Amino acid sequence: MNKIRIIARLDIKNDYVIKGIHLEGLRKVGNPNEMAIRYYNQGVDEIIFMDAVAAYYDRNSLSEIIEMTCKDVFVPITVGGGIRKIEDIQTALNAGADKTAINTAAVRNPNFIKEASEIFGSQCIVASIDAKKIANNKWEVYVDNGREPTGKDVLEWAKEVESLGAGEIMITSIDKEGTKRGYDLELNKLISELVSIPIISSGGAGSKEHISDVIKNTNIDAVSIASVFHYNIETVDSLKEYLINEKKIQIRL
Amino acid sequence: MKIVVIDYGIGNVKSIINSFEKQNIKAILSRDKQVILEADGLILPGVGAFSHGMNNLNKYGLVPIIKEYVKTEKPLLGICLGMQMLFERSEEFLNTEGIGLIKGSVIKLPIESSNKIKLPHISWNEIIPKKILWSNTILDDIKVNSNMYFVHTFVGNPENDKDILSITKYHGVEFCSSIKKNNIYGCQFHPEKSAETGLYIISNFIKICRKIN
Repeated sequence: MNKIRIIARLDIKNDYVIKGIHLEGLRKVGNPNEMAIRYYNQGVDEIIFMDAVAAYYDRNSLSEIIEMTCKDVFVPITVGGGIRKIEDIQTALNAGADKTAINTAAVRNPNFIKEASEIFGSQCIVASIDAKKIANNKWEVYVDNGREPTGKDVLEWAKEVESLGAGEIMITSIDKEGTKRGYDLELNKLISELVSIPIISSGGAGSKEHISDVIKNTNIDAVSIASVFHYNIETVDSLKEYLINEKKIQIRL
Repeated sequence: MKIVVIDYGIGNVKSIINSFEKQNIKAILSRDKQVILEADGLILPGVGAFSHGMNNLNKYGLVPIIKEYVKTEKPLLGICLGMQMLFERSEEFLNTEGIGLIKGSVIKLPIESSNKIKLPHISWNEIIPKKILWSNTILDDIKVNSNMYFVHTFVGNPENDKDILSITKYHGVEFCSSIKKNNIYGCQFHPEKSAETGLYIISNFIKICRKIN
């Protein structure tokens, strides 16, 4: 038995939580510390902070936010966006993060995942994959926050990051991201059956039914949720109650 | 009250320190012999590979200091890799000698890794009593089947059942999720990442340190 983890994803730009559609057209939705504490008090299982602009400014500026949040939030914290050197991981961990999500830097230099997981342990390395559908059952890896195609096949890349030592994979569907139209079920099904490390599904949740669908129909281990929480469509507790009581899904209450 | 977190360059210690600060207790990060021996409570943190952790403990000459501290019967809490290193040895990669305070070895979770059952075990999972009653331990007043946060592939496997404070089941496989031997405690889960229940375990540890000193 494995309990599905409910993760709140906070995309951050200039000290604000923002939300866009297809990772673009960003708008402010709140203060990151306040939102993290609110979700923690509602019973969220983990929090992911993503620096939404780091990829093209070559920096990750979340340390202060993480440091402050970690004083009040006692669930695992992942930091992503602009993690490209071993020192960036160390900085994130020193600020209080438990894991780092690596995307662009891993695609440019796959050995980075190997090196990082050897130094910090696999449990610390989340391979973040942004996927864009290009044909039936075929997705291409994008980097730079969903802007740059890479020619890499998502499923092949997932196998590769697993063998390089990643401890988890966060799969974000660029096509579904921010649309509130539901997760890409085919993508999540294929990837979660292909690899034997935990999969975090991200991108597309607009309702509690969407979240239940991806858990029931695929073999994923965690769901990353933004809009549903940010726009108060559900609170963490109301979502968990629905999944446990009505859908009989194993979750920590 | 002086809580010392052993500083040997492994793992995220910030959250552990924060979890004590949340209860108005200052925890100091140190590898100094005097500071460690004068502690009222000692924390051995850690994540990652056993051999890497032991190499670092040995590099700083910390193993004899931890053993000397334990002789005073003051409380020690090992977390995750910190619990595993309390055992005699590990079978991770190559056989590595541990600190040897708890009889037994560290083994890979006895599960065939497959699509259906994933390793590492990264999940919230329930703790259940085994031989030891939880009252007056770090699990005092914690509800049976409380959910704690786990992230690991290996587990400590005590030779004596009487050292097992709790067990946890992952896909039907039972493993030891916390240990107690006198005032030596260890938990495979992360209390500092297990929300309010985890903080309660930290406050229980503080209470035990207060009683002793």
